[in-house]
Order: sequence, then C-alpha cells, then structure tokens
Amino acid sequence: MSAVDHTAPAHRWRGFAFALPIALLTVVPLLAVVGMALTPQPEIWQHLWNHVLPRVLGNTLLLMLIVSVVVLAVGVPLAWLTAMCDFPGRKFFAWALVLPLAIPAYVLAFVQMGLFEYAGPVQSFVRDVFGNSRWVPDIRGSLWGLVMVLVMAFYPYVYLMARSAFLTQGHRSMEAAQALGYSPTAAFFKVALPLARPWIGAGLALVLMEVLADFGAIAVFNFDTFTTALYKSWFDLHNIGAAAQLAAMLVLVVMLLLAAEQRSRSAQRFHVSNPQQHRVVLKGGSRWLASALCLLVFAAAFAVPMVQMVAWSLSVWREDLNSDYWGYAWNTLSLALMTAGIATVLALMLSWIRRRHGDGLTSWTVRLAVLGYAMPGVVLAVGVFVPIAWLDAWLMALLEPWGVQTLGIIKGSLAGMLLALAARFLAVAYNATDAAMQRITRSQEEACASLGLGPWQTLRRLHLPLLRTGLLSAFLMVVVDVMKEMPITLMMRQFGWDTLAVRVFQLTSESMWQEAALPALAIVLVGLLPVILLVLQTEKTPSSAG
Amino acid sequence: MKLWKTALCVSLVGAASLAQAAQPQAVTVYSSRIEALLKPTLDEYTKQTGVKINLLTDRGGSLSERLAAEGASSPADVLITVDVGNLWNAAERGLLQKVDSPTLNANVPANFRDEGNRWWGLSQRERTIFYSADRIKPEQLSTYEDLADPKWKGKLCLRTSKQAYTQSLVAMLIAKHGVEKAEAITKGWVSNLAGDVFTNDASLLKAIAAGQCDVGISNTYYYGRILAKEPEFNKTVKLFWANQGANQGGAHVNLSGAGVVKHAKNPEGARKLLEWLSSEKVQTAYTHGTYESPINKKAEQDPIVKAWGKFIPSPLNAGDIGSHQAEAIKLLDRVGYR
Amino acid sequence: MLEVKNVSLGYGATIVVQNVSMRLEQAEIGCLLGPSGCGKTTLLRAIAGFEPVRAGQIDLQGRTVAKVGQSVPPQLRDIGMVFQDHALFPHLTVGDNIGFGLHRLAKTERAARVQEMLELVGLEGMGQRWPHALSGGQQQRVALARALAPKPSLLLMDEPFSSLDTSMRESIAREVRAILKQAKATALMVTHDQNEAFAMADNVGVMARGQLMQWGNAVQVYCAPATQDVAQFVGEGTLVHAQATAGGQWQTALGLLPAGHPHYTTAQGVQVLLRPEHVRVAETGVRATVRERTFRGSHFVFELELPDGQPVMAKVSLNALYGACEHVHLALAEDC
Repeated sequence: MSAVDHTAPAHRWRGFAFALPIALLTVVPLLAVVGMALTPQPEIWQHLWNHVLPRVLGNTLLLMLIVSVVVLAVGVPLAWLTAMCDFPGRKFFAWALVLPLAIPAYVLAFVQMGLFEYAGPVQSFVRDVFGNSRWVPDIRGSLWGLVMVLVMAFYPYVYLMARSAFLTQGHRSMEAAQALGYSPTAAFFKVALPLARPWIGAGLALVLMEVLADFGAIAVFNFDTFTTALYKSWFDLHNIGAAAQLAAMLVLVVMLLLAAEQRSRSAQRFHVSNPQQHRVVLKGGSRWLASALCLLVFAAAFAVPMVQMVAWSLSVWREDLNSDYWGYAWNTLSLALMTAGIATVLALMLSWIRRRHGDGLTSWTVRLAVLGYAMPGVVLAVGVFVPIAWLDAWLMALLEPWGVQTLGIIKGSLAGMLLALAARFLAVAYNATDAAMQRITRSQEEACASLGLGPWQTLRRLHLPLLRTGLLSAFLMVVVDVMKEMPITLMMRQFGWDTLAVRVFQLTSESMWQEAALPALAIVLVGLLPVILLVLQTEKTPSSAG
Repeated sequence: MKLWKTALCVSLVGAASLAQAAQPQAVTVYSSRIEALLKPTLDEYTKQTGVKINLLTDRGGSLSERLAAEGASSPADVLITVDVGNLWNAAERGLLQKVDSPTLNANVPANFRDEGNRWWGLSQRERTIFYSADRIKPEQLSTYEDLADPKWKGKLCLRTSKQAYTQSLVAMLIAKHGVEKAEAITKGWVSNLAGDVFTNDASLLKAIAAGQCDVGISNTYYYGRILAKEPEFNKTVKLFWANQGANQGGAHVNLSGAGVVKHAKNPEGARKLLEWLSSEKVQTAYTHGTYESPINKKAEQDPIVKAWGKFIPSPLNAGDIGSHQAEAIKLLDRVGYR
Repeated sequence: MLEVKNVSLGYGATIVVQNVSMRLEQAEIGCLLGPSGCGKTTLLRAIAGFEPVRAGQIDLQGRTVAKVGQSVPPQLRDIGMVFQDHALFPHLTVGDNIGFGLHRLAKTERAARVQEMLELVGLEGMGQRWPHALSGGQQQRVALARALAPKPSLLLMDEPFSSLDTSMRESIAREVRAILKQAKATALMVTHDQNEAFAMADNVGVMARGQLMQWGNAVQVYCAPATQDVAQFVGEGTLVHAQATAGGQWQTALGLLPAGHPHYTTAQGVQVLLRPEHVRVAETGVRATVRERTFRGSHFVFELELPDGQPVMAKVSLNALYGACEHVHLALAEDC
C-alpha cells in the first residue's frame, strides 16, 4: 500500500514473518504426523497392503464416486428450481433446504440406522403388514444407506454454491442462449450449467473433503474406509507409525481436493446482479413435481430425522435429562464460541497480512495456514497432541527443580483442544473473511492513505466496518462446525469436558439410539440458529458464494 | 468500613485455602467402561470418602495410545478397561505401575490379576452363545467352533471385529487351536452370517428376537440388561453356555479390570480406589447393576446372573489373549470379517 | 511546488517511467496525457506515494518526499487523490465520506467544512444520501469533495472521468476546472483523452513509452508537437516526407511549408506533420484518391492517398460538393 521498496530484503520477508506463526498452527501437526510417518513399518505394511488397503481404497473411492454423482443429482436441480423457477412453496424451500447443515452426518446416520434396521419401526411395520421384510434392503452393511446419509448431510454445500451461481449468472445466460435459438433444456445443459461449473466444483470438493474426514457416520454403518484403516492401525494394532503413514496419504488426497476447490474458487466471477425479477413460472404437472421433489429431500434430510429424534427424546428425557446435560450443552457452546473467536481473529489477521503483502511467499504461507481443513479430525488431533505432550513434558522437566508437580500447563487447560479445533476450522473462517475482504478495493485503501490515515487507522475505520458481516459470517460458520465436530473433541478432551457430540458418539457406540437422540437434538437445535442466520445473510447478498 | 471488607475477604480466602488444603487429592480415572455403568459407583466413592474423581471415558485402544502419548505429563491415575487383552497389553507397554497391595491381592483371585502386580480384575463377563427359543433347540448347539459348520448358513449373527470382545474371543481360539485352524473357524463364521455384523451386542440380541438370525454370540451382561427391562425376553432368546463338554475348553471369559498408571500423580489415592472397588460390599453393588459376575469371591451375584446357572469357564490366561490380540486382528482382516 | 527530477520507475526488470522531469507551480492545473501503458498512472502513483522511486527525486512544497530507498508514506504527504473508480466508502453517507479525512478537526469545524465542500461541488443538501444512490457524475463530485476537504497541497486525479458518459466528460471537466480554480488548488491529472486534457489543464505533459515528450500549454502541444509521438497522439494528421530547402523551408509532395513547421527525423527520413486543417481541396494541385469521408458536424475530414502512396487528411467544408468524387486536387492551406 505505501511506497516501501519491495525489493529490499527486509521487506520481502515481512509478510512471511507475520503469517508464519499463524501457519504453524497447521504446519506443526502436519510435520508431527509426517515425522511419525517416516519410520518404516514393514511387517504391518505387508498386512495392510494385502488384506486391508485394497478393500479400503476401493470402498473409499467407490463411496466418493457414488456420493459425488448423487449429491450433484440432488443439489444442482434443487438449486436450479429454487433459483430460477417459481412453484408452490419455493420461498420456503429456498432456505429450508439449507437446514440439514445443522444436522451432523453422524446424527443422520444413527437416525437412519435406527429407523431402517431390522428391528426398527419401518421394517417391523412392513413385517406386520406383509409378513416378511425380505425385500426391504438391510441397512446394516448397506453402501446405499451410507451414501444416502452422506448425501442428505452434505448436499447443502453443493446446493448453496450452485444456487449462488444460478442467481448471479443463470438468468442472463439463459436469455442469451434462448436468443440464439436454444430450447430451455438445451440452454440449461449447454450454457447455464457449464457457467456454474466452478461454483459446483467448489461445492463438490467441500463435500468430498467432508466424506473423507467423516468418522462418525461411517462408524455407525461399520463401513471400512481409509479412516477406519487408520484407526485400526493406531488403536488396535498400536502402530502409530503405520497410522501416520495412512494419515499422510489421506492428507495428500484431501489436499488435492482442496487445490481443486481453490482453483474453482478463483475461476468464479462475482457479479453484483439485480435480484431475480423474472422467474420461470412452472405450469401444470411440473409445478407439483418441483414441489414434490423439494418436499421429498427436505423430509428425508431434515423433517423426518427431526421428528424421529423428538419422538425418541420424548421417550427417554425423563430419565436422561439431568443437570449433566446443561453441563454438556454449556461445554459445547463455550467450546464453539471460544474456537470461533480464535479462528475469526486469526482469519482476520491472515486476510490482513495477505492484503498488505501480496508476494508469493506470503500467499503460500497463508495457504498453508488454512490447510488444517484438509486434515481429518483424528489426524489433526494426533498431530497436535504429540507436540503438546512433548512440550508439556519439557516444561515440566524445566520446572521440576522449582517443585512444580502439577502437569499439563498447556495441556491441562483447553489449549490443546482449542488449537486443534482452530487449526481445523481456520479455513472456514478465512474463506468467509477473505471473501468480504476482496470486496474492499485497493483504491478504497489508497483513498484512506491519501486522506491521511495510517495502516492501523485504515484497518479501524475502513476494513473493520466493511468486514463486519463477513466476520460475523465466519464466526457463525465456525460455531456450527465446532458444535458438530466429534473426532478431535473426543480424542483431546479433558475429563469433565464431554460435549454433546461426544455424548452422541458414546451412546451410538452402544447402539442406544433413543438415548442418543436427546443430545443429538440439542446439537441440532443450537446449530439451527446460526444456520438460519447464515441463510438470512446469504439471502441478502446472493452474489457472495457462501 | 474498608477495613471490615478487607478483613472479610481475607478470612474468606483463608477459609477457602484451608478447605482446599483439607480436601483430599482427586483421583483421575481413564476408563473404557462406559460412563453410565461406572459413574454411579464412582459417585458413591466420592460420597463415602470425599475424594473427587475425574473421569474420562473412551475406547480401550484410544486410551492406551493416549496414555502412551501423554507420558509423564498424563493426568491419569487409574486405567480401567473392559477387556483383559487391553489390560495385559497396557501392562506390557509399561503404562501401568507395580503396586504392593495385600488387600487387592486378597480380594482378587490369583488367576484374575497380574502376577507382576500391575493390574487386577474387577468384574468378570462371559461371551457365549444365544439362540432363538422358537427356532432352535439347545441340543443343536455345542461350541463356538461348531458355529462355523455350514449347517448354520444364514443363521448366525456376530459382532464387529473392531470390538475388543471379538478380538479377544478369536485370540483365545488362536491360543487354543493355532492360527490356521482359528482362521478356518472364523472363515466359517463369516460365511454363515445372516446379515451384516453388528456394532453392538444389544442390537444383536434384539435381531435374534426379531428373527433376522437364529443364533449369535454376545456378552452375557447385555442379555442381563435387556432382561432387567423385559423379564420375558428369556422366553424369546435363551442363553447357552458354549464349550461345556469335555476337552472343549469352556465358555470364553473376559475381565473388566484396572491398574495404577505409571506416571500417576496420586498413586496412593489410586490404590485406595482400587481396593475399594475390589471390596466385598462394593463388588456386590457394582455387579448388581451391570449383570457381570463379581471378582471378589465373597461378593454376591445378581439374581439375574445367578439364574443363568453355573458353567465351566475357559481358564483365563491374560497373556494368551493379550499376546495374540494383534494376530487376531490381522486374522480377522484376512478372512474379511468386518 | 511539485518538482519531479529525473524520476525513473519500474517493477523488477521492467522500466515503466524513464528519466522524467517536470514542475507544477502553485495553483496550476497540470495533466499527463498519453496512451495506455505510457507510464502516466505509475508516475502519478509515485507522486502520491504508492510506488517507490527507482531513480531521481520528487519534491513537494520544497521538501523531498521520495528518493531512492527512501519514501514518505502517502498519509504524510499532504496530498489528495481522486480515483478512477471513485472509491467511495459504501458504509458512510456522502457527508461522512467527505469528512473522512477531517478526523483531526473538531466536530463543528468538520461539519462546517463538509457543508462548504458540498456547496463547492454543487451537492448541497445531499449530505445524508448514500453513495450507491448517486449517479456516476454525482459520485465523482463526492470523490472530488472528499479529496479537497482536508485542503491538500496537491490534488492528484487518476482518469477521473473515465467512468462517466462520453458526452458528459468535457462539460464535467470544465466544471471541475472551475471548482479547482475557485479553491485555488494545485492539481495533476492523468488521462488518455485529449479533450479532457485540453479542457482541464493549464499545462499538458504528453507521455509515451515511459518518457515525457513535451510539457506545455494546449496550443503549444497541438500546434508545435515536440516529437513524432506527440504529433501522432495529439490531434489528427499524418506525416509526409519532406526535404529541407536552402532557405530552411520544407518541400513536400503538396508544396512548401515554412521553416518553423513541425518536422521530425524518423526511421523513414525527415517527415513533417500535416493536420487536416493544413490541407485543402483546390481546383488544381496534387491529385489524390479519396479513401474515407468522415462527417464532423461543421465540416468533413477526408482521408486521402497521394500518388506516391502517402496518406494525408484534409478538412473539407460542408459547402463543397465533393461528396461523390473519387479524386480531388489538394493544396496546402495557411499554417497555424
């Protein structure tokens, strides 16, 4: 911004020097994992290679492929319908279809499992009516059951992104295509859809990253993916080296997805367009078809699970709802708020540093800092856990002569968990903050300088006011994500720090669906508020791609 | 006025710190026994002794990895597991310390504790065969190994291999028959499965009742828990003690046990807790809610458990099970038992 | 009061501005004119303090603000800047935008100054409006008022009219000039549009390829362009071969030109500048082929080709009936 000689050595490193401490949040766990992965584990690798990996890799790839196809088949048409057309209930469905974001995948998983398992209500009903339920596919061990759960849980990402694309570009492109003689269907496939590809691609990349990182839903379905192999190597075979190697491979794949998502993001053009004025008004059969489709997805992904959870909760709340639950809820909320605070501040700092120092090295350091999103929870947990345990031990050894007995100066507090969670969700906060930062033009910053404001004053009087909604968005998104998060919280919590998510996991491990419904419902209810606020925000600025 | 306030504050702080000093030091427990089953007992301990207990529950494998990673800065004093293999491995890894406690050694029979005085069993559970009362006659059942026979095709329900109980059962088979035969048996099981494996024994038993399968292997205490809520359940699903015949080895027995963590900050408090858990009165209360068998021979079994009758247990060899657990896991992978 | 001494600017290995020197006196309005890529904006930004100086020196009000390796940051240079996209702050009203740089003044003083600026730019009563509710021209005036409010010693304007309708540019340029003269402001503008430049500025500096080709008032630059680049950029016309005569005059295919006529040594030898007004259609003279006719309202401009192939342009009055002719005879008109 100001005329400092950018070729001078001192200045060249400034951006990097400022961004590096923040990047360490992700770099250190990554290095820890890589470090542990460097010890060769021949005997276990033989076993993994011959008996575990083929099936696991096949499963993971198959899952990713099928989920991709189905989530596109669900998310994109819904986005099109609610963005471009008019049919009964459109206004409601436009935002209601985002609500499933408040329900974590592992909650949807156990609800579906409880509903459709052999001894569950659906199959029992079928047996009562038809005598046997052999034609109803067994949900246990069913790939499709898991696929539907993951699709229901994650389609909002694709839906939101596609919707944003269609709202900003759909109308114009359809008009242009139709003027050239294309029928509406052809115009959709040949023009509107390709134009929306970067957005849809970014949404799909997000979905696939979530699928790869998922731990809870897959556990409920007892499906074997990369994450399960990782768990098995580490916790069952007690071989952290092999687990770290699997983790490193997993991280590599997810990083590729992240790169694809970033490239998609850069291909997006943001327009500030007028709100949709002309919608395609559907007639006759198609109106009701559209409504039915939206209703079906909404029911399957949100309404039915909610009803089932409420029903289950009602049957157990008298026994289970005790003072402990307020404790869990409080832990969940305070953890989410603290992490969101840390992540938002760090995201602001990163965005600010990136703005002030546009050089390549700083750019890469910032990209490194947000890499935590690519690392599945358990990988991040072990990557944070080990260095902190080491640091604690070192500190203790240092302070021993002073008679300091109590341990965990760092770990004993929440610090470790907060660091891991912040590392994981920094990307979420950063994306929202940076999107808002991009809308502040360089000339606005230079105008401030020309009016006599130094960098800090500019930050205070120009950036912060204009970033307010972006920062709030970032904060809320991290709050929702932390409340749903489970692996890191499970692995790193201190005694007495159980959250609602941990409770759900513990209860679903025992197949206690009804009891698990209570904390699950709490998570969803608390998570609904930020999701609704988020929806209202994106409704206000349809040009911003969430 | 100000002086009065200061005096009040000082005395309050003084009283608080005195109270702190007077309070006994807390004990931190890492447990793979689920909270619902453990916390009531621990709360009782706190009520009786005033010692606060910090409880962290997680899967057995995660806990020992966590202890290993935490090392000297671990806050844990006590490790409680629900599988003897896990316990044995924890001791072998050096995560538990040797404790001299004549009380513990007196309360816990020799074959249910570590000879190196690193861990003690606290309750016993069995993993045996359960069958549908309508569709199966007890004469058809005999051993775990028999369930691999093709005559059971499409009728068997099993728990996932990811659970320690399955791993320990297979480890026992390996110790008994060697890897090759154990692998053949397990392969037979897999081909007899009626549906996908279960993540939990309770759903397994319910599935037998619902008719998804006719026979399955489960821990006895899950059966007890269902019976406590539905006393008529034993009309639909019945218990069968496996391997009772001569030279068949006896029903598979497992332990839930505990040890004092190597780097415990409060080893004294830990020892006292363990001694309390192994004492006669506590053992009775402890196992009455959980439908396991008490380890302390002087304690009373829960009536539901008593109703299952006596059986021939397999001689518990923690070393056998523990040392073969890794092998069992690999075997399970090889035969495709999920 | 602005002195640019032998300033060179660049990024990495590229030199964007080479050895430019110019002066701007108090209350003078200057303009840097040139095609895109000529370095005019970079020079402006260097004066503002947004670009570092590679060589040379920039002095403002007698003190050096930029030297190699040393630079006073923009916020301390006492300059004002109007940006091409106006860069108004969307979260502030018009009044707050204008008062943005007045944070050192007391509230009452600030309000008075804002009112003064609103009147100066002709936007009285609009202080409570929001930037997005204004037209392009109004936004531009707000940007100007905002920059002028802190009474900077130098006002810099980066293509300030480029986002406005072409038809309005000249009139708005004249209005802005009036505002600046009334405020007695010293200003330097940058543009690629010569009409704007001539309407706004006292002195125009024509830049090409990073160098300042000529600095002078409008008439000087138009009638006596110092270099070939200036000649080709400013106004219309073509270059034709010329040969110096014994008396210092210039012999061209169309006739003789006086000694002082703009001439240049180019790669094609010595050439002179022939603007449309230098060439007239006559009864006799050199026969030329009419290639193109352009209507200019008050006259036509013909693009023609001489027998030797050189292009020339001629100003043709509306009365003349050469509409359909393929060939006309050309002669030289009076000089300017």
